[in-house]
Amino acid sequence: MEDPVSIGKSKPHQNALPAHDGLLSGYRALDFTDEKGMLCGKILADLGGDVIKVEPPAGDPARKIGPFYRNLPDPNKSLFWFALNMNKRGITLNLHSQEGCQILGRLLAKTDLIIESFPVGYLEGLGLGYPEIRANNSRIVMASITGFGQTGPYRDYKAPDIVCMALGGEMNLTGDPAHPPLRVGVPQAYCHAGGEAAIACLAALWYREMTGEGQHIDVSAQETIAWLGFYNQALWDINQLKISRLGGERIGGKGIRFRFLFPCADGFVSFLAIGGETRAEAQKKMVAWMDREGLADDFIKNFDWTEQTVLRSTKELSERISESFKRFFVTKTKKELFDFALENGCFLAPINTTEDILKSDHFRGRGFWVEVDHTELGRSITYPGYPYSFSETPGKAAQRAPLIGEHNSEIYGRELGLGPEELAAMRSGGVI
Amino acid sequence: MTDSEKTGLMLRDIKVVDFGWAIVSPLTATYLGFLGATVVTVESSTRLNIIRQGGPFKDNIPHPDRSAFYTNYNSGKYSIALDLKKPAGLDIAKKLIRWADVLVENFAPGVMGRLGLDYESVKGINPSLIYASSTQLGQSGPHAQFRGMGVQGTALAGLNAVTGWPGGEPVGPFGAYTDLVAPKYLISAILAALLYRRRNGRGQYIEQSQVEAGLNFIAPALMDYIVNGSILTCPGNRDPNAAPHGAYRCRGEDRWCVIAVSSDEEWNSFCWAIGNPPWTRDSKFATFSGRKEHEDELDALVEAWTLGHSAEDVMHRLQKGGVAAGLTATAEDLHNDPQLQHREHYRRLNHPIIGRNSCEAPGFRFSNAPVVFERPAPCLGEHSRYICLEILGMRDEEFQALEGAGVFR
Repeated sequence: MEDPVSIGKSKPHQNALPAHDGLLSGYRALDFTDEKGMLCGKILADLGGDVIKVEPPAGDPARKIGPFYRNLPDPNKSLFWFALNMNKRGITLNLHSQEGCQILGRLLAKTDLIIESFPVGYLEGLGLGYPEIRANNSRIVMASITGFGQTGPYRDYKAPDIVCMALGGEMNLTGDPAHPPLRVGVPQAYCHAGGEAAIACLAALWYREMTGEGQHIDVSAQETIAWLGFYNQALWDINQLKISRLGGERIGGKGIRFRFLFPCADGFVSFLAIGGETRAEAQKKMVAWMDREGLADDFIKNFDWTEQTVLRSTKELSERISESFKRFFVTKTKKELFDFALENGCFLAPINTTEDILKSDHFRGRGFWVEVDHTELGRSITYPGYPYSFSETPGKAAQRAPLIGEHNSEIYGRELGLGPEELAAMRSGGVI
Repeated sequence: MTDSEKTGLMLRDIKVVDFGWAIVSPLTATYLGFLGATVVTVESSTRLNIIRQGGPFKDNIPHPDRSAFYTNYNSGKYSIALDLKKPAGLDIAKKLIRWADVLVENFAPGVMGRLGLDYESVKGINPSLIYASSTQLGQSGPHAQFRGMGVQGTALAGLNAVTGWPGGEPVGPFGAYTDLVAPKYLISAILAALLYRRRNGRGQYIEQSQVEAGLNFIAPALMDYIVNGSILTCPGNRDPNAAPHGAYRCRGEDRWCVIAVSSDEEWNSFCWAIGNPPWTRDSKFATFSGRKEHEDELDALVEAWTLGHSAEDVMHRLQKGGVAAGLTATAEDLHNDPQLQHREHYRRLNHPIIGRNSCEAPGFRFSNAPVVFERPAPCLGEHSRYICLEILGMRDEEFQALEGAGVFR
């Protein structure tokens, strides 16, 4: 069955996965995370590490998070799970059984890194806290990803995405004054936390190579979200000023608001209606185009863009400029405006929908998309590719996320050396 | 153990040169500094970093050394001011590139090439260099020449189109959002390249598109379109797996608390925590599908309760009852947040012009190594002399001659 949407063939991707002799070859991670930490292991797997997702025998509860393939809720068909577990292998293990803990001990002897996102204290309760793990293998690096961190007054507070976005300050700044504070429509908090954790894991591995010492890493999603306020905290810190959600406007250094969001004929565009030396030429070209179409008023035609910077502007001036552009933009499509911006160096971009992004010549032309085989579905699926490429590491085909327990035989059998009977017993005993 | 008591430095011997502008490259370098690397930033008053031009400014006086936006994102660096249009300035830049393990830059494609400082030109003088370039749309592809800031990058990455109220404007997340997504991938890429270099001695070139980094943060929505043809539009605060799920107005001016209830167990906890008012026993709210079906009515009833309480009270009462809740923090709330205080998220540094100044700590802490906050962000060119004499081994007379020739500006 064809997808409802065909994006055409991608050229061989330049953003190819580093091969097994790649950046992180030789490093193995056990990934115990749910949706709160999966991106960390995904990044390490993309960089060539051997990342093994360890799930309870019934599967990671995050497999229940949609959207689903063909909208069929099925733990092996979550697109959310697919996206965040690509390039990992997968095993099941019951940490609540004695045998499970013994097997884990054997796995840990061959592991460099543990990534987990359980509630604070959960692993300690199983005798698997960092001190116990370190006692057996002082070289191991362990990363714990939670909403608020391993210690402190909120450590046990529940922290789904919206709570982190609220307590990290992002929601108060997002949205418009006529509505409640707003969250980003695709969960973000644990993307930031997972990305931050990957940085910390790699730094800790570097340190281990230098010193032989492992490390426990404590990541707080709330802290990663606090960074999203840009100058928000500094405004309070040095000027005791508070800002709040501004809708389609942004605020400049001296508190001057300027519009960035403009409706156009078929959607919206993002445009900086400000000048200054570096932008003046491009703004003049945009106005000349408006003039050719008979839509430039005298005010905008005679405007001195070189002098009009965010610092020098006023509220009235900013509003007046926006009015002129608004009248013009509604007569043009996103594509017409973006083509002109590309040609003339204007600071304008379309508000891309997911459809616009898939249809864009640019991402396809760069070879961004990656085709991933899903033999279990009898087809391949297009995935967003890697947000970096490396000159030294050759490409390798990306692997889809594992099915539940897909690599049990490979890892417990071939790599740990358990016999078929032991495996069968573990299976029937609910250990794996 | 607090960070100041920990001794090991993660990246003790790593040297970074930052040809950064705006946020992505500077912040990448700052993070490497948090991890213990020595970071030199190359900048110039002839092409002043836009963040130094952005406020808030100390005492509201605009000046490159008075921006607390800049200091928050650039602590711990050494700054050299170099006029790269002068051959002597370019020569010093190349010496720094020879010195460095890592170079980060985020100029538009072609800018470093025109200076003769692109990877192909400099790898000869430092073959083990890891050279990372980050731009909005990458170095290749039909739109690579796009000029824009993170606000536009955020729009291109689809993040605006999924952030807003149903039928309303796609306002997007606050600020130049993708500027804070891209460094997470770029720093990981650099650290992985360092581990690779450790094994085989080879440096390399890393290329990044900041918009493609943003696309990775909405991957499930992109795949929903690819596979199911569904275009995600602005969902407001609703979530398919929870109800109630949103921000609810509380007592006071513009005070709100978010609440998220997924399972029946959480629903029962919620009802108990708010004192089991009669409406919670209405059979239409007894199941998740019922709560979802009557979500508007449910939201109104929840807000009727939250309006009688402070946001702090709603948050703590619900959380103590096992329900996910959190106030929508203002900057003042962030600075007073007991959890952020516990983690010392805001580190007080003494800046020579701004004075006492709060800079943010990253989201990670290590058991055996500190996150490094030894120095505030530099003033423009503050360390030109130090860098030339102490790092590059220049003689003082030579430095003075070049200074007289206007190289350090």
